[in-house]
This record gives sequence, structure tokens and C-alpha cells, in this order.
Amino acid sequence: MMKESRFMVPAALARFVSRLPQTPPAALLAFALDRLLFPRLPLMELEALLEQPLRIEVSDLGLRLALTLTRQGFRPLPAHVAPRLTLRATARDFLALLRREEDADTLFFQRRLALSGDTELGLLVKNTLDAIEIKVPFLPRLR
Amino acid sequence: MNPSRVRRPELVCPAGNPAMLEAAVEHGADAVYLGFKDATNARNFNGLNFDERSLAQAIDTAHTHGCRVFLALNTYPQTDGWAHWTAAVDRAAALGVDALILADLGLLAHARERHPELHLHLSVQGSATNYEALAFYHERYGIERAVLPRVLSLEQVAHVVRQSPVAVEVFGFGGLCVMVEGRCALSAYATGQSPNCHGACSPAKFVRWEETPHGLEARVNGFLIDRYAPNEPAGYPTLCKGRFAVRGHTYYAIEEPTSLNTLELLPRLIDIGVAAIKIEGRQRSAAYVAQVTRVWREAIDAALAAPQDFSPRPQWLAALDRVSEGASHTLGAYSRPWK
Repeated sequence: MMKESRFMVPAALARFVSRLPQTPPAALLAFALDRLLFPRLPLMELEALLEQPLRIEVSDLGLRLALTLTRQGFRPLPAHVAPRLTLRATARDFLALLRREEDADTLFFQRRLALSGDTELGLLVKNTLDAIEIKVPFLPRLR
Repeated sequence: MNPSRVRRPELVCPAGNPAMLEAAVEHGADAVYLGFKDATNARNFNGLNFDERSLAQAIDTAHTHGCRVFLALNTYPQTDGWAHWTAAVDRAAALGVDALILADLGLLAHARERHPELHLHLSVQGSATNYEALAFYHERYGIERAVLPRVLSLEQVAHVVRQSPVAVEVFGFGGLCVMVEGRCALSAYATGQSPNCHGACSPAKFVRWEETPHGLEARVNGFLIDRYAPNEPAGYPTLCKGRFAVRGHTYYAIEEPTSLNTLELLPRLIDIGVAAIKIEGRQRSAAYVAQVTRVWREAIDAALAAPQDFSPRPQWLAALDRVSEGASHTLGAYSRPWK
């Protein structure tokens, strides 16, 4: 397979960030999701995702963000809460997914997106995100 | 090729959600196929598919752009599900889909009897591989099109098309399975649920991915079906594509995880007179549909414009290989040089 050159955050920065407290960035992510995603979540999907501990790992940034969905919106969780689902990818690949430039299964086949825990919940998250158009004009284009 | 009888094949693209439908329409699909949010179709996954409201909107969007909408209702109802499946047929008819894609004989009879105005297609799940079978479905249920299972060689496809009383649709691109469509029980062996009745191979609730010291392990209902080394391409967690130990060797004992890609056969498929070329992948995403539809639109147009000069452009093949399951693509059963 052809190797593509892809943007990655320098490893030293990831090592540094991974030692910092992870709750502030998790709170920031919850804040962003509340604005971009929460108002658009269909009721059926919202019900299915309620109170499920999720973890987003941005591998090249050293971020491990734990959060959950409540009826009032996304909330950060303490890092020690065991997640039911963990999604791991680089910052560039997460952004490409949000922008609908990359297909989640393509990234999964290429081992650029890792999923562990409850697979059914993983499919629900993946399909729900793909069904909702998130227009984020300020997202940087990382190539 | 005699230009007077050239038939322009319809490009039929997958729509697992409204975003995929829009991507298909925008990039040149002639038709999309989709399903309801339940076990009445063979891509029954969480968060995928359409309810009545989103389907009505989808039909509207597609029709505005001259794109047709086919609804797949291609699983087999069991006794206790009969009313649910027939209600789905009735709902689809009321919403005004351009065709229903059915497999079950009872549902075909129901649709023909209750909704004589509906256009009916025989699903690939119907597993009809010869023109006599198609003639029967046509005479008895009035089907107007059949999707051929991916088991026929190109010569056999040509033979069926020549004799068939109905239009023939073939798969052009996407994931391959063991190709005993409508009859595969591998998933049921491991989980008690088969794609034919429940609409999914390896339903997600039975699947576990786990990073272990030996690599990434895929399990279906506890059965280890594959283990991937770091950076080794992964596949869908279906039994047919697992690696198993057989007489001391661990390998893809049933089939290799590759994708079907018939791009190079396009002029031949057009010459044979297939009515439509289908793209697999309702479980994928808007990004996939956009990438694949764009390539196939260009390729079909190029093949129609100058069939003699047609050869797949490297950038087309690269774009398709990128989204494929498995590191390679295949012509599947279409090519049997040994025959």
C-alpha cells in the first residue's frame, strides 16, 4: 500500500502533555461537543448513548479524554473511570473524520483508528457522528 | 460493440444515512439503495439507516436531483416477524420509493398483491443465478430487475443477461463475502444470529477487539477469529475472513479479506448489457460514498464515450484501493482464467 505522509504532533510534546492533568482538556472537549453535536443528536441515539463512559485518546497529543453524555449535555469524567468504549487516533485523523474527509472503516482497516471495549457502542458512536453534519469552519486542515 | 444497442448502466450507490445519500447524489449516482432502521434489511447496524421521516426527506432530495431510491427489504422474516416485515413493505409503498429490493417469496407475494404499482427488484439475497429462476420471479411476482449473486463468471453473467426477461444488476465494487448470499449461516454458527434473518454478519454486540501482547485480537462471541500484528491491515470481524489453524497452518482458511473491483471489466459489462452496477457499503460513511461514487461516475462515462480506449486510470484504482478492506482487490468470480 502506498505510504502517505501525514501530519503528526511531535512525540516530545505528546510525552509532555500525557503527564498533565487530563480533566481540563476533557472539559474543553465536552464544551465543544455540547455546542457542535449535542443539539443535533437524534433522540434514539441520545437515549442509547446516555451515561456511557467514553474515552477519546488523541495518540500523537498524549491526550486521554474521558467523558459521558447526560440529558444536559457532555460531561468530563475523572480519568480513573473505566470506559465502556475507547477510540484512539491521531489529531489529524480525528479531524479528518469530523470533516468527512476520511471513512472510519478505511482508517480502521489501516490501523489508524483503534476501537476497544463495547463494539456495539462503538458502531453507534461512529454511525451517529457520520449521520450528523458538523460544520466547523475553524478546524485547521492538517496534511 | 454496436453503438445502437449500447445500454447505459445505472450507477447504484449505498446510502446508510442522509449524508451518504447526499454524497451519492452530489457525485453522480443514478440511484441509491437504503433500508429502514431495523432487521428488515441486511445492514442492520446501530445508528445506521432511515426512519420514516428521514426516508421521506431522502426521497425528496434524491428526486429533486433526478436520482432514484431503492429500498432494500432483503432479509427473511421468521414467523413472529411477519407482520413487522409486511408493515415495512406497506410503509415503503406509501412513501413512494422507486423500487423495493426483496428476497423472501412471501414478501414478494405480499408486495405484488397489495401494491401492484410497486417496482420490484430481486435482492442478491434471493441467490438466483440462472435465467430460468429470474423468469419464474418475473412471471409469478412481476420483478423487473434482479441483482446477481457474486458467484458467476463474466461469461455466465452474459448468458443470463441474454436470456433474462428482466434487467440485470451486478456488483461492481466493495466488500466481498463467501458469496452464498441468502444462505450463509457462518455467523449463526458463532452467535446464533444469521445475516439472513437479523440483517448483520457478526452483530456488533458479539464482537470484541482487544489489544494484547500478541497483537490486536478480534473475537466473535468469545471465538478468536483473527490476530493482527502491529500495523498489519485489519478487516471486518466476520468468520469468513478469519484466520484459523488447520492441520498445523494458521491462514485464511475460508477466504482472504479482499475487495471486489471490476473497473477493468466496465466496457465488457456495458457490452453484455447489464442494467446497473452496484457499489457495496451502506455501513461505511459519506466520505467513502463520495470517493467511490466519483471514481465510478467518471469511469462509466469514460467507458461509454470511448469503450475501445478504456483502461482504468491509475488514480481511480489508487482511490478505490485506499478504501478497500484488505490490501488488495480482486475480480472475484467474474474472472476464471482456469475455465
